[in-house]
Amino acid sequence: MPIKPVKAFRTTSAPQKSGRNPEMKTIQVEHVTSAVRRLCIDACTILGDDVVKALEQARANEESPVGREILGRIIENATVAKADKIPLCQDTGMAVVFLEIGQDVCFEGGSLIEAVHEGVRRGYEDGYLRKSVLHPITRVNTGDNTPAVIHTEIVSGNGLKITVAPKGFGSENMSRATMFPPSAGIEAVKEFVVQRVRESGGNPCPPIVVGVGIGGTFEKAALIAKKALLRPLGTVNPDPMLADLERELLERINNLGLGPMGLGGRSTALAVHVNTYHTHIASIPCAVNIQCHSCRHAEVEL
Amino acid sequence: MTDQPRCITTPLDEELVRNLRAGQAIVLSGTLLTGRDAAHRRMVDLLNAGKPLPFSIADEVIYYVGPTPAPPGRVIGAAGPTTAYRMDAFAPLLIEHGLRGMIGKGQRSETVKQAMAKWGAVYFSAVGGIGALISRCIKEASVIAWEDLGTEAVRRLVVEDLPLVVATDCHGGDLYVTGPAQYKR
Repeated sequence: MPIKPVKAFRTTSAPQKSGRNPEMKTIQVEHVTSAVRRLCIDACTILGDDVVKALEQARANEESPVGREILGRIIENATVAKADKIPLCQDTGMAVVFLEIGQDVCFEGGSLIEAVHEGVRRGYEDGYLRKSVLHPITRVNTGDNTPAVIHTEIVSGNGLKITVAPKGFGSENMSRATMFPPSAGIEAVKEFVVQRVRESGGNPCPPIVVGVGIGGTFEKAALIAKKALLRPLGTVNPDPMLADLERELLERINNLGLGPMGLGGRSTALAVHVNTYHTHIASIPCAVNIQCHSCRHAEVEL
Repeated sequence: MTDQPRCITTPLDEELVRNLRAGQAIVLSGTLLTGRDAAHRRMVDLLNAGKPLPFSIADEVIYYVGPTPAPPGRVIGAAGPTTAYRMDAFAPLLIEHGLRGMIGKGQRSETVKQAMAKWGAVYFSAVGGIGALISRCIKEASVIAWEDLGTEAVRRLVVEDLPLVVATDCHGGDLYVTGPAQYKR
């Protein structure tokens, strides 16, 4: 039996005048480049107010004299970095860029993705940031900190939100993902998170922020764990069940005694942020993404 | 760190190193070498091949750092410590060849501790993530080997009053063990 040819979908490269959405917005990709460039520099040199506030609170509550002194230096570093226009940390990271693209946005002037890479290239060069990105096998450095890791999400509306989160690898190296069987239950997830922090010791530069992703698929768990790190510190999870889980995990983690830089103390984590996604009947995917105290990200809406 | 810090100047010698104890606050001045993952691989490959290093490591201190580029008017950019366990595979051979001190962050392996005890070496911890503040302690910086490694090239730094703590001494003392034990609940 002959196979019927599939009718091709007609796509129009330019919206027809009669069918054009009046809410449609056009964004020149060069504006994306300049925004990403600025965000890379700002994120690496200016620590968010929420993070500074959390660090000050941690210092006020810290029982260890060594821990208090370390926290004091971390807070002072934020002031010095801003004043001297020097990165907070020499590990200016791999640039993780989140794009929330309104479905009524049209881009002009070239490739959106290339525009983001170009913004990273310029930001890392013009901001005197470290170029840490290389080929995973040959270890040959690309010389301009590209490629960035770009996550896109299509949302409603005609806006574009760009978030740049430079991720240092002292903490990224301490992150893990696993797939639990349903029989393991939430207790296994909790133990996995606490155990991950315990085993990381001083390596990820505590006090850390712990991003936890529960559910979805293998990669979805990791992505929502990373996104959890973007939530401002000091905010409470709107889901009461998750808010309780975050409180419990934070208490257990701070009871480990690792403290600032793992040299002993009460402030091992500034916060635990949990994101969930529905998952398959056969699994509990779980990812822990660890963020150092230099919890850097900068956002803009175009 | 809260006691009056002890001021020491590089190069170190074995007697001084054997007198240091985990937990002591230190203010370090003098010259340091820098090196991290890629430079350690090269050093160890040369030593294993029986070839000399392009610089001496005897009685020297290696600071595990990959700085950001120096902006105009400064000698160096941000320059905080990187995580030390990644150098654990290489450190024992360097210690055997006379390396006296290391500066980094995070705990060291048993193998490194044994080499430190045997040959007399010390591991200092610097506060991670305060690269801008530490940058102010660095008065001179020049690449002395393997410029092709970029940020990972070996540099000679001159530092003044670099705040450190003795994390691991050559008598088995380890602040990464004793510190958290004190605050665990």
